[in-house]
Amino acid sequence: MATRPTRAGAARLRVDPIACDGRGLCAETLPELITLDDWGFPVISGDAVPGDQLDDARETVRACPRLALRLELG
Amino acid sequence: MTPAAAAFGSQGLWFVSRGSGLALLAAFTVVVVLGVAVRLGSAPGRWPRFAVAELHRTLALFCVAFLVLHVVTAILDPFVTIGWAATVLPFASGYRTAAIGLGTLAVDLGAAVLVTSAARHRLGYRAWRAVHWLAYLAWPVAFAHSLTAGTDLRIWWVALTEWGCAAAVATAGTARLLYAVRRPGPAGAPAGGRGRGRRLTGTFR
Amino acid sequence: MTRGTASYQPAAGRPPAGLPGRLPRLLPGGLADGPASLAEHLARYGPPPALADGQALIAEVDRAGLSGRGGAGFPTARKLAVVAGRTAPVVVANGAEGEPASAKDKVLLARAPHLVLDGAVAAAGIVGARQAVVVAHRSVRGIVAAAAAERDRAQLDRVRIKVVAAADRFVGGEASAVVHWIERGVPTPTARPPRLAERGLAGAPTLVQNVETLAHLALIVRYGAQWFRSLGTPTEPGTMLVTVLGAVREPSVLEIALGTPAGQVLALAGGPSAPLQALLVGGYGGSWVRAAEAVSRPFSAAGLAGLGAGVGAGLVAALPRDACGLRETARVVRYLAGESARQCGPCWFGLAAVAGEVDRLAEGRTGDLRLLRRWLGQADGRGACRHPDGVVRLVRSALTVFRPELNGHAHGWCSGTGTVLPVPRTRPGGTGGH
Repeated sequence: MATRPTRAGAARLRVDPIACDGRGLCAETLPELITLDDWGFPVISGDAVPGDQLDDARETVRACPRLALRLELG
Repeated sequence: MTPAAAAFGSQGLWFVSRGSGLALLAAFTVVVVLGVAVRLGSAPGRWPRFAVAELHRTLALFCVAFLVLHVVTAILDPFVTIGWAATVLPFASGYRTAAIGLGTLAVDLGAAVLVTSAARHRLGYRAWRAVHWLAYLAWPVAFAHSLTAGTDLRIWWVALTEWGCAAAVATAGTARLLYAVRRPGPAGAPAGGRGRGRRLTGTFR
Repeated sequence: MTRGTASYQPAAGRPPAGLPGRLPRLLPGGLADGPASLAEHLARYGPPPALADGQALIAEVDRAGLSGRGGAGFPTARKLAVVAGRTAPVVVANGAEGEPASAKDKVLLARAPHLVLDGAVAAAGIVGARQAVVVAHRSVRGIVAAAAAERDRAQLDRVRIKVVAAADRFVGGEASAVVHWIERGVPTPTARPPRLAERGLAGAPTLVQNVETLAHLALIVRYGAQWFRSLGTPTEPGTMLVTVLGAVREPSVLEIALGTPAGQVLALAGGPSAPLQALLVGGYGGSWVRAAEAVSRPFSAAGLAGLGAGVGAGLVAALPRDACGLRETARVVRYLAGESARQCGPCWFGLAAVAGEVDRLAEGRTGDLRLLRRWLGQADGRGACRHPDGVVRLVRSALTVFRPELNGHAHGWCSGTGTVLPVPRTRPGGTGGH
């Protein structure tokens, strides 16, 4: 479920490791924050999402075929 | 008969209906094939998975446009009495009840898939996925509708398109089935990388 | 943490003679010849107190400083407080004990089931639950069920107690896996949010506590925080059950005061049966420590932290000098990798790869330490539960403690023979069992 942070820098990307299937779409759309490990599963930067990438992050959350990504406030 | 219909002519409406129907079948076929491609992780060349997924989604929306055209022109056509109810109620048409009814059924199934996909994030993965399987039912029903309600199969390129679409879906469907059978597991095995990592050369030190 | 304004008055009277400042508290003294009956239990500890003020009790537990004995060591009072505010909660007593080498929960349930049930009922009273589910290893389920029936006949509790056999899976002992097992018969961890304290068993707010923690709770509500703190250390008060095995003369489950020197813990188990090189501390997801360094350290989180270890679920496995630490580690890691729930890619594939590489190192074939460390980094913290984290901890500690072994293996010789750690055989299909 995407949330709408009111302040840039207050949102973090989280993956549900059980739902995640290693499809890899997220690493394609958000390569600055998401890379793939040796088995194709996302390694997500725990840092706050920069303001200029928030839209991309929301798009990435929407596009995940397994709905495994979340954008969390705070 | 409305002035528009009179101006366009029954022939015109019928032509657009048939044409949009064929285009719809072709587009729907590509949507199904792309859907399987998204799941299997395969794509022609080096297309990124995100692109395949977005194309699947966008083309599905195009299908809605073709569908609206196809259905509205058919209903408006004064030559046949189908009735607006038949857009959503299967087998409610006076004209060629069964053939049109199949089309309506396909619309109902497709609409379920589309609506649940649009509301995916609110529904949750399991509910969305359960309904999405109906796509594999919607296509054959739509195809049966095209064979029974369609009138142009004598035209060689229409027949080619029809059977080409059937072949494409059969191939994609088989691939999907084989994938499911070969990789059983909780909610299906990941489509993720199978690699064990690149071995770095050298011994430990 | 809320602090009750009313001070708590333990109502049950005096603890049994010899208990204050003396062991054992949980385990009945004498020989293990079966469970203590309800009558014996009440004779030893006195009647369970009427639980009136939940908040005051939580404050008392907070003063006692009780923390979870299931391995995570989370402050119990805080857990109670989180669940206490919610509607219609449920208590789960976790005695699944997925660790094949750990026996403390089984022994506790087998010998003092009423103490655990007292604790479950007390926890239920504190949080306002009407139902408690006890998950017990199948070898002791019957004993616990019989004890629950005894209480039912005596109409002792206002809480409905249900006893369920645990699954035969390592990860089945994880809190959300236990709930999943009770609800659906699937012993795998579930994704959180929502936390179990918000929505757990059948959607109700759920308190999951290890059975040993509940046993301590049962005594705290009887005798109070001060009594509980009379043993242990100021920051880690109380006692804990430990399973001591490996190269000791009398492998056993013991109750020790926290802070007891590790060497003394070994002595209580008869002492080493051979010169030791290392100890595996905490569990199979714990850490190796060098025996020489460890024996003088207090057995507590503070005492072991300097060695990169923790008390975990109270396992102490002694590795003699004539065994191969790498081979033992490889066997354990292979087992743990097979026990992955296979829900999360980094665990499923990462641990399999790690197990393969540790195997190579253990067998003296060309192993790649850089690759191994890379995969350890990729598996750590990326699952839905702490299973991969434990394996990573184990392997990293092995690479440190058994460095000389590594060098030896690189040159093709190994100083060890035989096997020490009990590792269940992997069932076909890749799941272990015990």
